[in-house]
Amino acid sequence: MTTDVTDLAAVRVQRIREIATARRDLRGPLIPILHAVQEDLGHIDQADVPVIAEVLNLSAAEVHGVVTFYRDFRRAPGGRATMRICQAEACQAVGAEALGAHARRRLGVEFGETTSDGAVTLDEVFCLGNCALGPAVQVDGRLHGRVSPARLDALLGEVAR
Amino acid sequence: MRGMEAGGVSAGKRRVYVPRDSAARSVGADAVAERIAAAGAEVVRTGSRGMLWLEPLVEVETPAGRVGYGPVAPEDVDGLVAAGLLDGQGESIGVVEDLPWMRRQQRVTFTRVGIVDPRSPEDYEAHGGLAGLRTALRMSPADVVEEVVTSGLRGRGGAGFPTGIKWRTVLGADADIKFVCCNADEGDSGTFADRMLIEGDPFTLIEGMTIAAHAVGASEGYVYLRSEYPDAVETLTEAIEAARARGWLGERILGSDLTFDLHVRVGAGAYICGEETSMLESLEGKRGQVRAKPPIPALEGLFGRPTVVNNVLSLASVPAILADGAEAYAALGVGRSRGTSVFQLGGNIARGGIVETAFGITLGELVDDLGGGTASGRPARAVQVGGPLGAYLPVEKFDLPMDYEAFAAAGAMLGHGGIVVFDDTVDMAAMARFAFSFCAEESCGKCTPCRVGAVRGVETIDRIRTGQEREKNLVLLEDLCELMTDGSLCAMGGLTPMPVRSAVRHFGEDFAK
Ligand SMILES: Cc1cc2nc3c(=O)[nH]c(=O)nc-3n(C[C@H](O)[C@H](O)[C@H](O)COP(=O)(O)O)c2cc1C
Ligand code: SF4
Ligand code: FES
Repeated sequence: MTTDVTDLAAVRVQRIREIATARRDLRGPLIPILHAVQEDLGHIDQADVPVIAEVLNLSAAEVHGVVTFYRDFRRAPGGRATMRICQAEACQAVGAEALGAHARRRLGVEFGETTSDGAVTLDEVFCLGNCALGPAVQVDGRLHGRVSPARLDALLGEVAR
Repeated sequence: MRGMEAGGVSAGKRRVYVPRDSAARSVGADAVAERIAAAGAEVVRTGSRGMLWLEPLVEVETPAGRVGYGPVAPEDVDGLVAAGLLDGQGESIGVVEDLPWMRRQQRVTFTRVGIVDPRSPEDYEAHGGLAGLRTALRMSPADVVEEVVTSGLRGRGGAGFPTGIKWRTVLGADADIKFVCCNADEGDSGTFADRMLIEGDPFTLIEGMTIAAHAVGASEGYVYLRSEYPDAVETLTEAIEAARARGWLGERILGSDLTFDLHVRVGAGAYICGEETSMLESLEGKRGQVRAKPPIPALEGLFGRPTVVNNVLSLASVPAILADGAEAYAALGVGRSRGTSVFQLGGNIARGGIVETAFGITLGELVDDLGGGTASGRPARAVQVGGPLGAYLPVEKFDLPMDYEAFAAAGAMLGHGGIVVFDDTVDMAAMARFAFSFCAEESCGKCTPCRVGAVRGVETIDRIRTGQEREKNLVLLEDLCELMTDGSLCAMGGLTPMPVRSAVRHFGEDFAK
């Protein structure tokens, strides 16, 4: 069993190194690398940080500082789907807070948490650029407008499948 | 074939336009497009006209112009087609260009948005694209800069700094390499014009940045585009590739001596990265912490090199200025606010969307006449103009003209032109609290007045709202606002007091409940 885990870790290190190396000649490569790692592997693990740092010739502390500064970067695996509910002013004006409360109640999690079955990570976001058709919700990058509680339930039904 | 393409011949496939703008998609435009294609039409996906309350808005090409139908739900399509939609018959809203909402506008920056296929360079050129760049390439860099100065164009990202003057500084700086960076972070709530321009007419931004590169002597450009906009990232990335393939980017652009290439960089969910120096830090791969100014980015910007940093709309306005002349642009507007601005109506509004018009239109004309008042049908009570750092204004201020100086004089700001409407159910003390909590959440942490002040602000408003020593805490609140205004390194901490103070000033009763 331990060998399996070690193998998995080695495979991950290899993949991280590939992703970082492929982008190291970009100007300002770190954030594109972090996006690519998260896209490919779902999150940025603490163990990934020194690997990226080594490829870029940075200190692990510098990379860690960047990972933790930006809200997008997840340091633990998320759910199979991610639902983000806009809580900014224009959506507040049309009931976004009540919608957010409804979603938290429905899923039994707070913003930033994942349901215990691993199906959905729920989060808040401040503006999705859909301020004339609020409340706005984004599910795995796909934008939804005029989302009522019933519509939100339907969206959750689609991702739970 | 040609006659059939023009749509006038009943035997041919009818051309129908359905937006692929993400706001239109958010209310079902993809499914509508599929059903219309299934009915036998040729579907062209465009940007959105900006009449977002009508989305999905379907337009059918007819000899009289494009006839509109909207909002169209996917399940409406078959019925509409049976009633003659493909011939422009049935229950339409008429010719789109003739709608009062469109007629009231002066579209300069958004002239092609909603009309062209954003993924088609051919369509772009057929609708006047590249005319500005061609003109610019015949001019010396200094003359291009002076043309932009003469136009009176001011930065649309919020601060309203004259774009040409910024470019003059970069042109005059000596360096091995210079950069043009487009700020497409568009983090302000209530703003979506940058997104709509990029999704609806990305080549205009590319052209504007290329003109900027020629004007200042830059060879590399970056668009810092927020991760919340995946559709915009995709559209712009594809457009850049298409532009490169056609020699609109790269070496010897359009046969000239200009070499310029462009890259998209995706943000990572930090509001402060819209502040230009924080954006530059982020582009360099660092934490988005604000830099002290001076040095200004025009002299020491990206990687310490002279850098133009402009908002999407500033850069996207440049092609029209070069194509039609600075005087034509400067002829529009009022006072020192020249040209047009792309206003965005959002929140609790009946007809939300984009209104591009000359500066000087009043707030009330936008909210009531174009916007049709609230969506809830209740009386409007407050509007926030200019994003989370902008002031809350009562309806009594609806006669204010949209003009940088008039807004500043009223203790408010135009910012990026977003207008968010609230009805009479709004609790303004809660909105003031939100302004502080947003600042506390999004502060880059570099300076104390902002980092600590925002947290104290939340606590102070909580005490006011629960009636603890209200008078004393209102005084404390005002002191705190003064401290943040005067002592913050950037406008994040420096302007958070604006929504707070305006809420107290205009809606004091909500702090006494
Ligand atoms: C907290 C904060 C957020 C900002 N966000 C944006 C933004 O999202 N987009 C933008 O263009 N400018 C933003 N700005 C303004 C920029 O700092 C800068 O003034 C602008 O990009 C310059 O371009 P312009 O002259 O074309 O407006 C922000 C400023 C601050 C203080
Ligand atoms: S005002 Fe706030 S956001 Fe701006 S530099 Fe200071 S801490 Fe950072
Ligand atoms: S405020 Fe919610 S999408 Fe802009």
